[in-house]
Amino acid sequence: MLMPLWTDMAFFILMLGGLYLGWRSSKREHLRRPWKRVFKDTVGVVSLTVLLVFILIGLLDSIRFQQVTNTQSSQQDVISLLDVVLTPMRTQVEKTYSAPFSHTAYAKEMGVDKEGVAKRIYPRLKYGAAHLNNPVTDKFADILKKLMAGTGFSLLVWLGLMFILWGFNKRSFKFVQSKGTKSFLFTLLGVLMIVGAIASLSPFYHVLGTDKVGEDVLYQAIKSIRTGLVIGSLTTIVMLPIAISLGLMAGFFRGWVDDIIQYLYTTLSSIPGVLLIAAAILMAQVYMANNPELFTTVEDRADMRLLLLCIILGITSWTGLCRLLRAETLKIREMDYVLAARALGVGPIKILKRHVLPNVMHLVMITIALDFSGLVLAEAVLSYINIGVDPSTYSWGNMINTSRLEMAREPIVWWSLLAAFSFMFVLVLAANLFADSVRDAFDPRSNT
Amino acid sequence: MINYIIRRLLYVIPVLIGVNVLTFILFFVVNSPDDMARMQLGDKHVTQASIDNWKQQRGYDLPLLWNEESAGLSKASNTIFFTKSVGLFVFDLGISDNGRDIASDIGQRMWPSLAIAIPSLIIGVLVNITFSLLLIFYRGSFLEFAGVFFCIALMSISGLFYIIVGQLFVGKMLSLTPISGYVPGLDAIKFIILPVLIGVVSGLGSGVRWYRSLFLEESAKDYVRTAKAKGLSDLQVLFKHVLKNAMIPILTGIVVILPLLFMGSLITESFFGIPGLGSYTIDAITSQDFAIVRSMVFLGSFLYIIGLLLTDISYTLVDPRVRLD
Repeated sequence: MLMPLWTDMAFFILMLGGLYLGWRSSKREHLRRPWKRVFKDTVGVVSLTVLLVFILIGLLDSIRFQQVTNTQSSQQDVISLLDVVLTPMRTQVEKTYSAPFSHTAYAKEMGVDKEGVAKRIYPRLKYGAAHLNNPVTDKFADILKKLMAGTGFSLLVWLGLMFILWGFNKRSFKFVQSKGTKSFLFTLLGVLMIVGAIASLSPFYHVLGTDKVGEDVLYQAIKSIRTGLVIGSLTTIVMLPIAISLGLMAGFFRGWVDDIIQYLYTTLSSIPGVLLIAAAILMAQVYMANNPELFTTVEDRADMRLLLLCIILGITSWTGLCRLLRAETLKIREMDYVLAARALGVGPIKILKRHVLPNVMHLVMITIALDFSGLVLAEAVLSYINIGVDPSTYSWGNMINTSRLEMAREPIVWWSLLAAFSFMFVLVLAANLFADSVRDAFDPRSNT
Repeated sequence: MINYIIRRLLYVIPVLIGVNVLTFILFFVVNSPDDMARMQLGDKHVTQASIDNWKQQRGYDLPLLWNEESAGLSKASNTIFFTKSVGLFVFDLGISDNGRDIASDIGQRMWPSLAIAIPSLIIGVLVNITFSLLLIFYRGSFLEFAGVFFCIALMSISGLFYIIVGQLFVGKMLSLTPISGYVPGLDAIKFIILPVLIGVVSGLGSGVRWYRSLFLEESAKDYVRTAKAKGLSDLQVLFKHVLKNAMIPILTGIVVILPLLFMGSLITESFFGIPGLGSYTIDAITSQDFAIVRSMVFLGSFLYIIGLLLTDISYTLVDPRVRLD
């Protein structure tokens, strides 16, 4: 049985909306041309491919259903499709910290060593490298073997794909000659190899170690992808209608409408955003504490908080785009074609829709792309001041926040930080590079 | 010009009233004066009498926005909102909910914030301009491509990463500087180095990219071509013409953030344990001290608007073509 959460549905609707917009713009020449430029740009294609992989993981993680278990447990787990794929990582839980690829736990415990003497030793892990009898000597060779097997298999799959493409293209490699396709195929090969390596290693090792309660860090990092994507994308959807409608109205109608809207965004942007977010999150917590019957599970509550965080971030972040659109509309409304439309008796709403909005869409496009990466990074900072997502939600901010407290330990527990920061880095870098490529393609000034 | 400034200053008043109303609503939707009293008195077993006493002393025993019991105008004036807000407009910040004078607190905590913000800004701007000039000078080469990519990579790293790694390597492993803390006076330097360094590095990516785009825009103009045609070397054109003209947007961009330097940085200050205004605000939010939150938000929005005004004025000063009316 499917058990979607609010953010799941919103995320899916958003993706469908994105597909619809893509289909619409593929039919219009003036929108198709800049996108063609993006698809010809190596950096654009590579970053888009990486982003699509992230989105695919996020979508898999958004399909939730009730797990059918044979055991008569009191609570039924709701898991996502991604959880099914990651079953070995999800279920192989150790006792506490362990380093990446380690076969022993992080802390010493009372145990019996080889001679049968009771003393404090590093106990073997329950799952990590458990298939090896003599891990100290065999581990390196075993890891190498599994790595080769995983990447080798991926290479075979990729070659198979190439063979099929070769067949479809009348037995020629012409399709590889296009720069975009070539970059796409090679990025795909890279992604497949990483996936293959992880798939072959993770049933036997904790590739990025385990955290305080023994959960696989790689699993946490992968699960956090959905949170990052939801915050980056849903916030934009909340912000866009406000920014576009108010920005266009202020610039087009001038007079008292302009005054009121300018007053609104000056006031809102002069209040520190942190305060608004903190107040809203506190408010939500009070509301949830008073109405516990509305939120039956921890997941429901965490999901509501995530949704609320997106809405609040959206409300605080529309001012920049609004200001930009107002200035642009001020310029456009003096153009001859707007004057002509007005002289022919076209109503203001119709002028805004047909003549002004299409001409500011490139600004909207660029802002969406740039804001996304900023929001993913902001989530980590907000979680640090405890006004971000719910502590039970998987998110990179929460991973950083919990492992920050462990920095004083000797030796340092670094793998959680590394995992969270590198996943965040890859997603944000891809988004930034893609935004750059989109901006180059859509900015009319760079059309050379 | 004078008219314009006066008009803009008068415009500050409705904005500040709006800010005040918003802060007030946000704060009191979340917690009632009773909650605040309980939090400040610090115990779960506080009697209602002592709560009432606390509220009486600090003037929180009035209705929030509208007093039904008073007559005439004092229906609106005899409320928490009115009595607490009026003082702000003559910059009488009053005392905080735990009994300290806010104005003197701010006066004290301003210096650590400035001690970090000002060096970060100056060094940051100099470093950013140097790197972006370098990128412009080697335009079209592999060095520029690598530099731009490097900038985007730097931008994509979380600010928390710089702070944590900085504390870990410079502070803990190399023991060059203390990990966190602050002392007043000249000794503060060793506490300031690390936050300033991290501030500069974390702003490098976006800063260099921004300045580079300014320089690029400037060097596409006709006078640059003329200068080159007359036989000036690339270096001469870059420093004597491009840099000089690009200083206009650079300076105005700096002016807008100047007043906000007083407010300090929320994240840096709380990570490094610096007793500045940023950590003051965060502490006030967590301890639900409404008086401090209100004063800080008021001060922040006032400085923000002053920053906008200063930018407009500095435009007319550096570029005589711009007229304000």
